[in-house]
Amino acid sequence: MELLLVILVGVLYSSGIYMMLRRSMVKLLIGIILLGNGVNILIFLMSGITKGKAPIIPADQTGFMGAYADPIPQALILTAIVISFALTAFALVLLKKAYTLTGTDDLDSLNIQDLDI
Amino acid sequence: MLLLIISIFIIGFAILFLRPTKDSKYFKFLSILPFGLFLYFLQFIPEIQSAKKNLIFENQWIPSLGISLDFKIDGLSLLFSLLITGVGALIYFYASSYMSRDPYINRFYCYLTIFMGAMLGLVLSDNLISLFMFWELTSISSFFLIGFNTNNEDSRKSALWALSVTGLGGFFLLASFVMMNSITGTFSIQELFSQSEVLQSNYQYYVIIAFLFLGAFTKSAQFPFHFWLPGAMKAPTPVSAYLHSATMVKAGIYLLARFTPILSDGEVWNMVLMCVGGTTMVVGAFLSVFKVDMKSVLAYSTISALGILVFLIGIGTEIALLAASTFILVHALYKASFFMITGIVDHETHTRDLTVLSGLKKKLPIVAICAVIAALSSAGVPLTFGFISKEIIYGSTFDFDFWTYNSVLILTALVLITNVFLTSAGLLVGIRPFFGKLPEKFENIHKPDYKLWLPIVILSVFTLLFGAFPFIADQGIISAVTTSIYRSQITQELHLWHGWNTILLLSGATIVLGFILYFIIKPSHKTVEKFDSLNRIGPQNIISVIAENIKLFAFKYTRFFHNGYLRSYILFIIVFIIGIVGYKFFNDVTLKINTNDLSPFRIYEFVIFVLIISAIIVITFTQSRLTAIVSLGVVGLSICLIFVVYGAPDLAMTQFAIDTLTVVLFVLVLFKLPSFLKFSNTKNKIRDGIVSISFGILIALITLQALFYPSNKEVSKFYAENAYLLAKGKNVVNVILVDYRGIDTMIETVVLSIAAVGVLSILKYKSEDEETRE
Repeated sequence: MELLLVILVGVLYSSGIYMMLRRSMVKLLIGIILLGNGVNILIFLMSGITKGKAPIIPADQTGFMGAYADPIPQALILTAIVISFALTAFALVLLKKAYTLTGTDDLDSLNIQDLDI
Repeated sequence: MLLLIISIFIIGFAILFLRPTKDSKYFKFLSILPFGLFLYFLQFIPEIQSAKKNLIFENQWIPSLGISLDFKIDGLSLLFSLLITGVGALIYFYASSYMSRDPYINRFYCYLTIFMGAMLGLVLSDNLISLFMFWELTSISSFFLIGFNTNNEDSRKSALWALSVTGLGGFFLLASFVMMNSITGTFSIQELFSQSEVLQSNYQYYVIIAFLFLGAFTKSAQFPFHFWLPGAMKAPTPVSAYLHSATMVKAGIYLLARFTPILSDGEVWNMVLMCVGGTTMVVGAFLSVFKVDMKSVLAYSTISALGILVFLIGIGTEIALLAASTFILVHALYKASFFMITGIVDHETHTRDLTVLSGLKKKLPIVAICAVIAALSSAGVPLTFGFISKEIIYGSTFDFDFWTYNSVLILTALVLITNVFLTSAGLLVGIRPFFGKLPEKFENIHKPDYKLWLPIVILSVFTLLFGAFPFIADQGIISAVTTSIYRSQITQELHLWHGWNTILLLSGATIVLGFILYFIIKPSHKTVEKFDSLNRIGPQNIISVIAENIKLFAFKYTRFFHNGYLRSYILFIIVFIIGIVGYKFFNDVTLKINTNDLSPFRIYEFVIFVLIISAIIVITFTQSRLTAIVSLGVVGLSICLIFVVYGAPDLAMTQFAIDTLTVVLFVLVLFKLPSFLKFSNTKNKIRDGIVSISFGILIALITLQALFYPSNKEVSKFYAENAYLLAKGKNVVNVILVDYRGIDTMIETVVLSIAAVGVLSILKYKSEDEETRE
């Protein structure tokens, strides 16, 4: 399964970067989301994946008896997911505003070039 | 001593509180400051003669770095201090009349005082770093003085040239000092004296002296850095007289003289100085006689004189150093005098053009007498101080049997040529404006007031005094100066009369040839133009072309990398990462894949995988916004499934909630937008595709490689074991978030609320356009 996840990380990174290189603002945002997903999977993968053993202590015990999934990356990813949602929401609203003002989602049309030196 | 120097700066700033026009008659009293300092330094003359002890004033500054504000008085620094304060006093007095109508005279005196303080600090410093600091301070204060006429474009430009050339040199000087420190471990100049051999045997020795030379040559206007000095003549004349004849340009000479005992190896050091000094003195002297502007003549003859000094230090024998020490004083006396005379002529007739000026002796008799004395001193006529120095300058080239007999001939010939031209230049400035027929338009010029001519008279008196009784100067200071450069007791003395010998013959020949040259070469604007056209291939032009191109390059470089397009920034960053990480990765890491510990996958996991991949492909290629967003949802929910399978229920829940929200938000906000426009062409798409795919492959390879090494589980273990025992929670992820890292989570919540407020305010905000539309 690790190999599949490695490929998945690669594909998420590639597509994320590719989308970020587009001119459309919506595509840029999609690219960021894809990249974020890629990073989450990467962190998840790095700590070693364990099937079906959630890091939850059974109700009648005070500690783990057998194997369990690593809780730290999970805590990290959880935070990352929530924060990236805040980013997405903010960017989306900003994008909508920019669209209503300029009538386009072309990034270049937002450029105001500095005056020549 | 530290207090003294600091108080000079404080007084400098205090001068700004004087009112330019109302207090103008008080400015002449400011010359009490340099004059008092002059008297203060005079008291050290007997001490450096008799006691032989070092006069050191120690002040700690940053002891941990070896940086101090130690000051030391020896012959060399005392001579310079006396020149700075003595000539300074005269200039202060002179300028109080010369600049009296200037609306910014208080600023002028402020700059001048700061410059004087910096210059004193420079020659008295015993620490390399404080020396460098004062060195830069002289460059900066001279920038303000040269560019004092701020409404004149030429003046501003020259100030900038002077600053950039001397600043460039200062940069190299610092490098040289730092290298000396890294070899010897000290910044103290006294301590460096004993480390002379350590420095000279080090392999970095040549770099050190090369950098030191660059610093000294730029400051002292040596060829090919000489061009800033004639430009600096745009400064008010008192500034030219002070900075560009007596003090600042001699800072480079001071530096070379100071480091001669430390760094002179008897070969390369001397050879370079002789070549550069020799070239400068000949070129400067030659160019000086073809100028029309009195100040230009003086500028080039100053360059030439500086060349002579470097040349003499280069020869480095006892008599040569004696000649150099004498010539510093001689030159300061007659050149400051020349400049002030030029200032008076300019002040009264409003021109400095030698083709126009003549016969002024009837109108300015005192000035004319002083001008003749200065001219004779520069020509080296007996009974002037110039004669004494000219004698021993010839003496030192004559004495120089370092290589062969031929070297004597070549060096003497060079000095002879230089002196002939310098004599002629001196006559040009000192005689020409004052003799001959007085043009009508100068009939009504008014007399200069005493503040203008008194300083020149004082300088002339000293020229004659030292000329007639050279032992006064010699016993007073010159021998001490020479001792501090030569580092051993000297035997030579200054004499008025050396007897009938070849040297006297050379002196006589110089004067005669100089006079002949003076009568042959008539100043004319045509020759000036001819030489100006040669400037196209001069060093100044080469440097400005280089500077222009660097500016152009910087502009294009910035334009290329900082072009305002977000995607090209991303592209540059990604390509750079691929390049540098990929290089390291493929060079230093052998790819190992951990095949043993891999967990098998079931068919449904493979289905999830295929689902995600195809959704991504759809996102990437679709033309419809809605399709892309729905596919994004598919990706997110499939990842959610992965979390479910691999023991992360909390993640799965969060991902599920957030992803659903994201898709809903997307659709709500964007459902009105049209489908994607085709912005980029196929070529760009292929380029971006290649870059992003190689980035993905790189990341995947690194991940694969990292999987080979087991991750450290210690911290996880601590959390897992203590989750219940310490925090009484059974879901370890939750315990980490709300208990162990509780504050982090709280701050995260704050971030979320800020984002929420941001979203709300953007939605509520209406621009003026929208309001009017409604």
